[in-house]
Amino acid sequence: MMQLPVILCGLGVLICIAVVVLAERRKQIVLRDSAMFVIVACLILGTGFQESWNSALFILNFGLISAIMALGVNLQWGFAGLFNVGIMGFVALGGLAAVLISAEPTPGAWAAGGFQVLGALALGAATTTLAVILWKRMKPGRVRLGVLLTVLIGGFFLFRGIFDPAVSAIEAINPAQTGYLGGLNVFANEATRAGWMTVVAWPVGGLLAAGAAWIVGKTALGLRSDYLAIATLGIAEIIIAVMKNEDWLARGVKNVSGLPRPVPYEIDLQNNSDFVERAATIGLDPTTASTLFVKVAYGLLFAVVLVIFLLLAQWALKSPWGRMMRAIRDNEVAAEAMGKDVTARHLQVFVLGSAICGVAGAMMTTLDGQLTPGSYQPLRFTFLIWVMVIVGGSGNNLGAVLGGFIVWFLWVQVEPFGQFVMSVVTAGMADGSPIREHLLESAAHMRLLTMGVLMLLVLRFRPRGLIPER
Amino acid sequence: MDYINALVAFTNFVLVPGTAYGAQLALGALGVTLIYGILRFSNFAHGDTMAFGTMFVILITWAFQGAGISAGPVPTALLALPFGIALTGLFLIGTDRVVYRFYRKQRVKPVVMVMVSLGVMFIMNGLTRFIIGPDDQRFADGERFLITARNFREMTGLREGLAIKTTQGITVITAVIVVVLLFWFLNRTRTGKSMRAFSDNEDLALLSGINPERVVLYTWLIVAALATVAGTLYGLDKSFKPFTYFQLLLPIFAAAIVGGLGNPVGAIAGGFVIAFSEVTITYAFKKVATYVLPEALAPDGLAQLLSTDYKFAVSFALLIVVLMFKPTGLFKGQSV
Repeated sequence: MMQLPVILCGLGVLICIAVVVLAERRKQIVLRDSAMFVIVACLILGTGFQESWNSALFILNFGLISAIMALGVNLQWGFAGLFNVGIMGFVALGGLAAVLISAEPTPGAWAAGGFQVLGALALGAATTTLAVILWKRMKPGRVRLGVLLTVLIGGFFLFRGIFDPAVSAIEAINPAQTGYLGGLNVFANEATRAGWMTVVAWPVGGLLAAGAAWIVGKTALGLRSDYLAIATLGIAEIIIAVMKNEDWLARGVKNVSGLPRPVPYEIDLQNNSDFVERAATIGLDPTTASTLFVKVAYGLLFAVVLVIFLLLAQWALKSPWGRMMRAIRDNEVAAEAMGKDVTARHLQVFVLGSAICGVAGAMMTTLDGQLTPGSYQPLRFTFLIWVMVIVGGSGNNLGAVLGGFIVWFLWVQVEPFGQFVMSVVTAGMADGSPIREHLLESAAHMRLLTMGVLMLLVLRFRPRGLIPER
Repeated sequence: MDYINALVAFTNFVLVPGTAYGAQLALGALGVTLIYGILRFSNFAHGDTMAFGTMFVILITWAFQGAGISAGPVPTALLALPFGIALTGLFLIGTDRVVYRFYRKQRVKPVVMVMVSLGVMFIMNGLTRFIIGPDDQRFADGERFLITARNFREMTGLREGLAIKTTQGITVITAVIVVVLLFWFLNRTRTGKSMRAFSDNEDLALLSGINPERVVLYTWLIVAALATVAGTLYGLDKSFKPFTYFQLLLPIFAAAIVGGLGNPVGAIAGGFVIAFSEVTITYAFKKVATYVLPEALAPDGLAQLLSTDYKFAVSFALLIVVLMFKPTGLFKGQSV
């Protein structure tokens, strides 16, 4: 039996849809947008009443992170018309930053080979820079080609010569537990794990992503728009490959788990008699109360970040800079004729948007408490974010946020819903019939189908998204 | 020093697999490049089109195997291929009617078409997983090898063996046939010529009375054939897994761009360039080196430039180099 609150939430959704339709007709934009957000709230509350508050908060927290990612992509696509399909890579870099900053350093790893690795990387960078300088300074011809090849090939072998032994030295240190350089969390000791360092890692994640975006943008911007798409697609795969294979960096596919966190641990709360007492007064058992408390705390932290980014993005949109970006987007030639440096502005907005994705990635790794490079899939971390931006409304920050929540909600809930539909469809079939088994098993893949249909429907019937650009 | 053995080892581990992979990439890149040249957008659903077509072929192969129909020494999948192509073609034409045509009539910007292809990609990916599941499927049957390593050693008396899988042989032969047919079609038939005219200058082609819908229809049919053949060959040679096909998007696009987007000859060249670079750079040259170099110089390690996990990095690096120095690709492609 459905309880009363669930029915109320459902009614709320229906009423809000009616309000949206009416407000749309009367051009009452504020009312329409608010009603859409109320729909999201009703959906999440309904999940809370129907399933559990833990799953509702799970949707809320990941919805907040998704909204931040969508804001970043909206900056690139909505403001500037840049087609970035490497979001996964920037998100993963943010996650890497969370490990590098907040994990505890591995004792002896730096002495064993950490500095040598850094030296090797510096050498690699120096070789590349030298090659670029030589390319620019020398006259074209066979001599230049020969010198360049010598520098590049020689540099590569020198790099491997320094790099490889250092890496094996680091990976040899207690491979079952560490075997990597560890993070920079020197504040962690027996008394505290210095969880606040994870929050420090968020902006650092942004910086890492910004750096990668700068390199990609420098090479691929200024060329045709599809080239940026392919270049970002490639860099994302490479970033994931590096994170999977460079065990010295973040343990690769062996994953780093048990990262410190900025909120209390459930077990500490459960051992805190004060907390248990307070939980009892509102009628919750200590275990549920502690998990909810932790999730709410994360939600508040994430909400603060989202609000900051949303305000900044709104400010940017309305500022002269935002008008310039849109002018460039709508007519590059005219903007260039007005003296705007199109490529430089594109690079700027590309780096900014990627940085926001990096911050969101670091937040996500913090929430998970672990970094699992194997779990980064382009459909989930790149193309799903695109669905969010397109559905929500590209060019409108509120739209991107709304899209983040709605699409994330669907992504999570379509699977149980598909299971339900399949069990109804297959109810008449004989137990153990292969078609029934197959249908029940395949229900999990409904979500990709749903996302595709949703995207095509929006592109066709509401091409500017739920909350269009103003 | 033993050059013959080194050469055999090199052929066995680099040349033969590289050729087969190159042929598969070339077929994939041809599809991408045709869509780009005629429909004027980068089709992100191409990897999933390959998976989709291969899925049909696999299902029909299973049906044939169940019915006891086989093609003797060659894989049954070859018999199923025409049916797979037909089904994929029907599906693609259906998508064009339901989805793409609307935007084509509106003459939207190419990037909107790319977005639309993302939506189609999701749907195809979902359908593939829904119907056949996300797991590995093997559907190769028939003789496994044209030459086994052992037979080759006995025949020649060399220390190194050379093995050529049936699937590798079939890949190359099929690819050659498909490419010859394609170029014959594009250069000799009326429809093919109108497709090229449409690709060169749309307005002029329309003025001279070419029916655009007909051109688009044939393009989708050819793309369906190319994608299904490429996907089936790849699946026979390695194995079928929807996610791997999705990931093939990157080397395929790299091949098409390196060759010059919109240029069919370039797509073929690009496919082989990408394939050979990937295989060469990720191959451990220890074995070859031990034959060629004197014993004192023999490498201690695997003598591998990059681990195989970085094969994407190779296509990517090539792509960047070409983009920086020759943005229209090796063969002059379109640069709109």
